[in-house]
Amino acid sequence: MSETTKAIPMASETSMAARFKRYGIWIVATIILLVAPYIFSSGASITTMCLMGIMIVFALSYNMLLGQTGMLSFGHAVYYGLAAFATAHMMNWVIKTGAPIPLPLIPLAGAAAGLFFGIVFGAVSTKRGGTAFAMISLGLGELVYSSSLILRSFFGGEEGISADRTKLLRFFGYNFGSQIQVYYLIAAWCLLCVILMYAITRTPLGRMCNAVRENPERVEFVGYNPQFVRFIAFALGGLFAGVAGSLAAINIELAQASFVGAAQSGAVLLAAYMGGVAFFVGPILGAIIVTLLSIKLSDFSEIWVLYFGILFITIILFAPYGLSGLLMMHAQFWRGPLSSRIARFGKLFGSYLVAAIPALIMILGAILLIEMIHHIVQKSAEGPMMHFLRSSRFTVNTHTALPWVGGIVALIGGFFAFRMTWPVVAKAWNNALADAQRSGA
Amino acid sequence: MAELIIISTLNGVLYGLLLFLMASGLTLIFSMMGVLNFAHASFYMLGAFLGYQISQWAGFVPALILAPLIAGGLGALIERFGLRTVHKHGHVAELLFTFGLAFIIEEIVQMIWGKLAMDYRIPSWLDFPAFTVYATNYPAYKTFMLVFSILIFIGLILLLTRTRAGLIIQASLTHPNMVGMLGHNVPRVFMMVFGLGTALAAIAGVIAGAAFVTQSNMAALLGPILFVVVVVGGLGSLWGAFVASLLIGLLQTFAIASDWSLSKFFGSAFSPTRGTLLFDIWTVTIAQIGPILPYLLLVLVLIFRPTGLFGTRDT
Amino acid sequence: MNSAVELKDLKKNFGKTEIIRGVSLDVKSGERHAVIGPNGAGKSTLFNLISGRFLPSSGAIHLRGENITGLRPFEINRRGLSRSFQVTNIFPRLSVWENVRCAVLWSKGYKYSFWQNIDRLEDVRARTAEILDQINMTARAQTPAGVLTYAEQRALEIGITIAGGADIILLDEPTAGMSRSETEHAVALIRKVSEGRTLIIIEHDMGVVFDLADRISVLVYGQILATDEPVKIKSNQKVQEAYLGAAGHD
Repeated sequence: MSETTKAIPMASETSMAARFKRYGIWIVATIILLVAPYIFSSGASITTMCLMGIMIVFALSYNMLLGQTGMLSFGHAVYYGLAAFATAHMMNWVIKTGAPIPLPLIPLAGAAAGLFFGIVFGAVSTKRGGTAFAMISLGLGELVYSSSLILRSFFGGEEGISADRTKLLRFFGYNFGSQIQVYYLIAAWCLLCVILMYAITRTPLGRMCNAVRENPERVEFVGYNPQFVRFIAFALGGLFAGVAGSLAAINIELAQASFVGAAQSGAVLLAAYMGGVAFFVGPILGAIIVTLLSIKLSDFSEIWVLYFGILFITIILFAPYGLSGLLMMHAQFWRGPLSSRIARFGKLFGSYLVAAIPALIMILGAILLIEMIHHIVQKSAEGPMMHFLRSSRFTVNTHTALPWVGGIVALIGGFFAFRMTWPVVAKAWNNALADAQRSGA
Repeated sequence: MAELIIISTLNGVLYGLLLFLMASGLTLIFSMMGVLNFAHASFYMLGAFLGYQISQWAGFVPALILAPLIAGGLGALIERFGLRTVHKHGHVAELLFTFGLAFIIEEIVQMIWGKLAMDYRIPSWLDFPAFTVYATNYPAYKTFMLVFSILIFIGLILLLTRTRAGLIIQASLTHPNMVGMLGHNVPRVFMMVFGLGTALAAIAGVIAGAAFVTQSNMAALLGPILFVVVVVGGLGSLWGAFVASLLIGLLQTFAIASDWSLSKFFGSAFSPTRGTLLFDIWTVTIAQIGPILPYLLLVLVLIFRPTGLFGTRDT
Repeated sequence: MNSAVELKDLKKNFGKTEIIRGVSLDVKSGERHAVIGPNGAGKSTLFNLISGRFLPSSGAIHLRGENITGLRPFEINRRGLSRSFQVTNIFPRLSVWENVRCAVLWSKGYKYSFWQNIDRLEDVRARTAEILDQINMTARAQTPAGVLTYAEQRALEIGITIAGGADIILLDEPTAGMSRSETEHAVALIRKVSEGRTLIIIEHDMGVVFDLADRISVLVYGQILATDEPVKIKSNQKVQEAYLGAAGHD
């Protein structure tokens, strides 16, 4: 009987514990956002966190399409970028007319622009699902990007449209001249959007989006029009992408044609997919990691985009549910008494460590070879010496055999050693599973 | 005027045929495997760069033979070891895999050949005017491209109608679900079709690369137009891809030759103020909007015929 | 008695092949009507036409007197006609609870709402629980539908079909592939859920058909050979020759 009551979700849980469970996560998130600038207080860190906040909103809005509704878009930057331009124009208009609108309200203009273009383009593109939708989204993306080069008065040509965010009406004395003030503006909007987007997943529309993703045909036979479900999801995705684009324009006080471009559309796809589209939290993780990687990797290599692409393909091949999927696979081990949980994870991570060492050797070998090829082909003028990953200490002579042989040995040897560790990991995994089931029962 | 029309028609048909060299492979792959190969234009680019490199070392004819073979072989390997692994995760994962692939191919091409345009020239033995239309010389190389593309299509038609593998491919065009029931040799046919399709794209790359620009952004520029072709034609329809290729080829070529704009059409009857959106729209010439015409066509077709011109299948 | 579903000289061809060759049928409100016939007779196609999945080539379909020819499936569903599928057609990665709830939502008037918390919609929750109880799957509520056993998925298929409270229900071979005991269970379920509603059922199991149906239509090569009460169908000479004689019945 207890089985039955447990299986059916209760109408409303009103106990304090339940209430904390529902709202606690948001309180924690608020605290993290509030204190983060005190922990990572350097100027570069705050700039990075601003970019992360924008990307989180953008990636989650993307996931309303891909993860929730099953629509793969290659042109989501259209709504982000057009909203950025709308924002820049709006800010300039506010400055010119002196309208009493403070900066924190400006993202509403971005939201409206995103929603508007989401409705207009969504009406055309959501008629089709699947592959056709993906191609149409790509075509619309190109259409808008190409138009941006023609309609110079709206897109501002090469320079784009700039807007000085400090010239607006002061908001309780803040003029948003400093990056930290902008950080709190972005953080507040980010939190608001995350909460709203999470709430939408738990509404009738949100659930029908999942149904459309799973089986659009069956949806028609329970009274819903799958095209209309897609359309609303698309328009709402446009709205939140609009907020993200608006925040981006405020952040750098500029909207450029590249905002609507294919690279921006690709970036949000990468972020959402790497984080994992099957879980709400996935794109948040993805946004944080992709933002960090794209800033940090370029410090180490000129061809970091290539490594990025290889990482993306690796995730598609071996971890199709992304990072959040990998994490969630471990949730099943989190049961029983705390000491046994720690022991269980200790053993499992021990086996990961065993596998990680040869994997790391393999990866380093591959990177060494790629960097040397790059050096020889592109930088023959600089001579044979190469600074490996821009390190001043580790230099390689690309004209001698040793680094080449070393790279090949590390790559191939590392691969075979790595493969030998797979049974170890598999065994540790099965043991942990059996152990967790014992203590769960 | 007649001169312009004849030359533009020739160029338009040529561009259309090149598009169809790629779109046909893309359509074959899509019909059989249900995967739209996002990296298809990347194989066109690979064809152009390999063609350039081989013709540097060994001349144009070896390049024309070897480059498609290498690119096609690479395509087959990618199908065998990449795409087949992702297959079980569904079409979205497959499409994303090819998206990632396009990304990587561009980066590798950039790593090896750099970002600048290659000095890939047409072979000197084809560098003469073939015939003259009024006062314009039509180059022999373009004539060669026309004839060569047509020969490839004849070969393709023979392959599809006269060989066993061709019959299986044909069956997949009309009865996509039945092919899966044909038995154990289907994966190999998949690999062959993927190899064939990518080789066709590479052929287009080898011959077009010499006539136009060979640069690491060529895949990103052409890819979206290619997808417009297959969506406008109707996904999975070979005939539709053919018609749409020619349509877009002619449309873009004629657009480039036209300097019409709204302001020219209406004369001085109305002139919006400089610097406004209306002014931009009023004064833009057809030649300037040439690049967006395929996408406008896409939107129009979708509004009036969502399955594409010849499409029957809902994907 | 009023007519629930009326087909008027319905025809459907795919290319040159005629699958439905002029079917006229009047299903009365409240009756349990079985459609039987050999494989390839066009039974499932007939369901696809009635439910709006396919457009008829000619002819008309009336639902309680209203012409619904050419309407989309969701429009027909909203008018109170719901169908199940021969090949199980569910939402595999959603839980059993979510599967049924999706089918309840429209009938409770929530449409495309993205401003109401679905877990707080008491009427939706109650109706979903009621359906799960009816199809005996309360204990499986949180299981993803894709991992259910075949018989459970068939039961869920029926659950999704009836959840919206449609008063005309079309079931396409609900007991196909089930064991004897599973079939008995399913028949009891169908009897229960079709109480007070109109039921049209395609079924190969003659035991089920003669047990359940008020009237039977025999469809052979896209045409209706006979429509009558079970006893009369059994003794019908034409039916004997064309179908029952050859197939035998148990």
